[in-house]
Amino acid sequence: MKRVLILLLAILFALPALAVDPSEMLKDPALEARAREIGQALRCVVCQNQSIDDSAAEVARDMRRAVRERLTAGDSDAQVFDFMVARYGDYVLLKPPFKLGTLVLWLGAPMLLLIAASAIMLTALRRRATAPLPPLSDEERERLRSLLGR
Amino acid sequence: MSRRLLFLLPLATLALMAGFFAWSLMAGRDPASIGSVMVGRPAPKLDLRALREGDKPLTDALLRTGKPTIVNFFASWCTPCLAEHPLFTRLAQRDGAVIIGIAWKNKPEEARAWLAKLGDPFLYAGQDFDGRTGIDWGLSGVPETYLIDGNGIVRFHFRGPITEKDVRDTILPFLKGGKP
Amino acid sequence: MIPELGHFALILALAVALVQGTLPLVGAARGDARLMALGSTAALTQALLVVIAFAALTQAYVTSDFSVANVVANSHSAKPLIYKISGVWGNHEGSMLLWALILAVFGAAVALFGANLPDTLRARVLAIQALIGVGFLAFLLFTSNPFERLSPAPADGNGLNPLLQDPGLAFHPPLLYLGYVGFSVTYAFAIAALLEGRVDPAWARWVRPWTLAAWCFLTLGIALGSWWAYYILGWGGFWFWDPVENASLMPWLAGTALLHSAIVVEKRDALKSWTVLLAILAFSLSLLGTFLVRSGVLTSVHAFAQDPARGLYILAFLLTVTGGGLALYAWRAPKLTSSGLFQPVSREGALILNNLLLCTLAATVLLGTLYPLFLDLLTGNKVSVGPPFFNATFVPICAPLFAALCVGPFLGWKRAELWPALQQLRIAFFVSVVAAIVAAVAIDSRSTLAAVAFGFGVWLIAGSLVEFASRLRLGRAPWAESMRRLRATPRAAIGMTISHAALGVVVLGAVATGAWHLEVIQTLKPGEKTRIGGYDITLVRVDNVQGPNYVAERATLDVTTGGRPFTILQPERRLFTVQRRQVAETAIHSDGLRDLYAAMGEGDPNTGWVIRLYLNPLAPWIWLGAALCAFGGFVSLSDRRLRIGAPSRRSAVQAAE
Repeated sequence: MKRVLILLLAILFALPALAVDPSEMLKDPALEARAREIGQALRCVVCQNQSIDDSAAEVARDMRRAVRERLTAGDSDAQVFDFMVARYGDYVLLKPPFKLGTLVLWLGAPMLLLIAASAIMLTALRRRATAPLPPLSDEERERLRSLLGR
Repeated sequence: MSRRLLFLLPLATLALMAGFFAWSLMAGRDPASIGSVMVGRPAPKLDLRALREGDKPLTDALLRTGKPTIVNFFASWCTPCLAEHPLFTRLAQRDGAVIIGIAWKNKPEEARAWLAKLGDPFLYAGQDFDGRTGIDWGLSGVPETYLIDGNGIVRFHFRGPITEKDVRDTILPFLKGGKP
Repeated sequence: MIPELGHFALILALAVALVQGTLPLVGAARGDARLMALGSTAALTQALLVVIAFAALTQAYVTSDFSVANVVANSHSAKPLIYKISGVWGNHEGSMLLWALILAVFGAAVALFGANLPDTLRARVLAIQALIGVGFLAFLLFTSNPFERLSPAPADGNGLNPLLQDPGLAFHPPLLYLGYVGFSVTYAFAIAALLEGRVDPAWARWVRPWTLAAWCFLTLGIALGSWWAYYILGWGGFWFWDPVENASLMPWLAGTALLHSAIVVEKRDALKSWTVLLAILAFSLSLLGTFLVRSGVLTSVHAFAQDPARGLYILAFLLTVTGGGLALYAWRAPKLTSSGLFQPVSREGALILNNLLLCTLAATVLLGTLYPLFLDLLTGNKVSVGPPFFNATFVPICAPLFAALCVGPFLGWKRAELWPALQQLRIAFFVSVVAAIVAAVAIDSRSTLAAVAFGFGVWLIAGSLVEFASRLRLGRAPWAESMRRLRATPRAAIGMTISHAALGVVVLGAVATGAWHLEVIQTLKPGEKTRIGGYDITLVRVDNVQGPNYVAERATLDVTTGGRPFTILQPERRLFTVQRRQVAETAIHSDGLRDLYAAMGEGDPNTGWVIRLYLNPLAPWIWLGAALCAFGGFVSLSDRRLRIGAPSRRSAVQAAE
């Protein structure tokens, strides 16, 4: 039984680590912080909706290492993203780029809000034109107050 | 009249969305496929230690010989690589294809033993133990195969094992000089 | 024998549902009382039959009857009993049966508790409910039969996904489905109203309790799912904007909008077509979610096994239900007339703004979730839409929503003035600004956004409490007067205050955990120590342990603070032997104000083990807040006025306040 346990645990060892591990981390805390932020914004290309920081896949680990290499070489954040996009396409960005193909994505909901709000305001204005609520005059207000006994 | 149209808007939106869903289901679209941005661009750089002892290191020059070249990333621990390997052997022997093999995240001795056992179709073979070259080539795993024309431009990028159909419809025409 | 009984019960249920879905509609159109009454009888019969079917499947799981294919695929004799039971719905067929069960039971509930509904309305509602049931029962019987037999029966099953052998995830589907299916009742009410051609305040009053109940369960279901993700995935996150999470958020947003919109219909006889539309949309979004999860059009960490054929069926069903509903809406809704007029600055105006913003939020989530699919089909380009997108688009819209949330209850119906309302919230505003400044200065000077968001959380709580205090005339009237007012306050108002404040609690928890958590990741050998926050953590040892259906490595971490022992954390990495899957068991110490969270990665005695530690401030508030939110909803639900249905003089006076 113990042998089986050890064998099974050996399989456990063979399974990849979960997410970022200490051996990957950079010594410079500022660079490492940037690496983590960039890592959160890059998609693991073989996973279902995970960033490379959150994924245990081999490719994710390679990408994490590549990010840290580029940062150590002096690339800016934008250059690191460009590096990844050049190799994997826009797909690798968890924040979709703002370009012609993604206009609807970025502007769709705000546009909807604007259109709906305008439609409501137009209806309200039209209704106001046909059925205005005249404000109470001072005299009427006084009468109302006395009627309500305040 | 325009008020009526406003009330039809939700239904119209639904029709549009449903159209896309039906299209997706019937076209058999694979939501996990990630496409490839390599096609149509010059091949990424190649700068690797040779896999086989005594060979010269692999460089970019190998990709610009004027002949169509196949680049195959593989590993001895990868089961689909086992399945596709005979196809490469046949391509090398029967069709004289120039194939460059790259052992990805594979201990060199294990990769060499695997090739010794199954046959070695690779004119040149390199080792990418830490996966750096894989990243440069936009690799997402093994096996993946790239078809590179004589000018060093990537013409096709297979993610996953190649099949008989791929050989027949894409690789052989490519080797004969036509576009796949 | 028993599985066959269950199968037969399902077939009968389908037949009854067909009857229930047609005859009462005819009866309502003709005014035939007997046909209409048939709806109630059929609803009760259908519920009984589906209960029998569900019980039969449960029995097969509990007794590990491996002659049933579904049990073989999803269960194992070594599984603990509670997970055998939750395994009933932990797969596609079983979960569809759960849907059908809850649909039928809700239908029966309408039959039993809807005595005060007009006969025609009740008959139509039951009929629509039954037609939806027909869709699910037919789907079950023709494509996803849970009672299929395997011959010869294998010796044991293939086990269940180890991720599902967990209390949080085991009970997350039933709560979610109670929410989704609850919205089917409001959908049925909406369709019935469109068929009648009438939406009046009475209708809104009848719809409210069902919407509330569905919304409460959906809130709990989403919170439970989020909590599960937090403690199982191992790095402290709790919301990932994954398509399946989004699929449950969208109906929740629509349901929240519906809840508030119905108030305007009830109190002021306005906003009718919008409320009906929201009722249709809430359920449609629930169905859309079901479609997205099961059809394979999107990838997700949660999705059930993909099957395009099933996907096409669900799509057809979605089209029928939503398309039919929206077509009816396009035809009939323009004829709905409203009588309530109001100024832009009024409670109606605030509720319209609320509607607008919530719908925009839902549209944002919908666009973000589906866009990659659309773009891929149209152009072949692949994009990803992940948390950074939603943080940039969803979160900013919450700002005006939260700001208006506290102001709305101070505005009167029909017309109001903004400045006096804002004046009353002076204290709340002041407290929020102070909180934001303190957060920015004392905690984290880098992220002003987090401090502002924190301020919003405080605003929500303070604003709700201030409103409640003003309702009681606290401080302005004698104590006895305030107490009298408290006793006279309708439960719905108390529920509102609790839920609105609870939202603030959730925001505080989410901001604090998201922006200000501490993280320490280190490789430790037994005997080595590290530090996080004010805690010293020592890795004492790592043991190999054996569970009922797994083997695991367990790390024992000794936590001390200031030299004094504090607690012991024992995170594990489990390998489930049958499935060959690895699952992390995190160890969390929670004191209600923060979570000390430990997870272990791989390692061995020579190099040490990767230990990940997080200090998550206010994390428990996320789920406590969500539970409190749902509790507020249940408090509202217990308001007697909702169950009586007829407007009383008293409530008319309170509505005018």
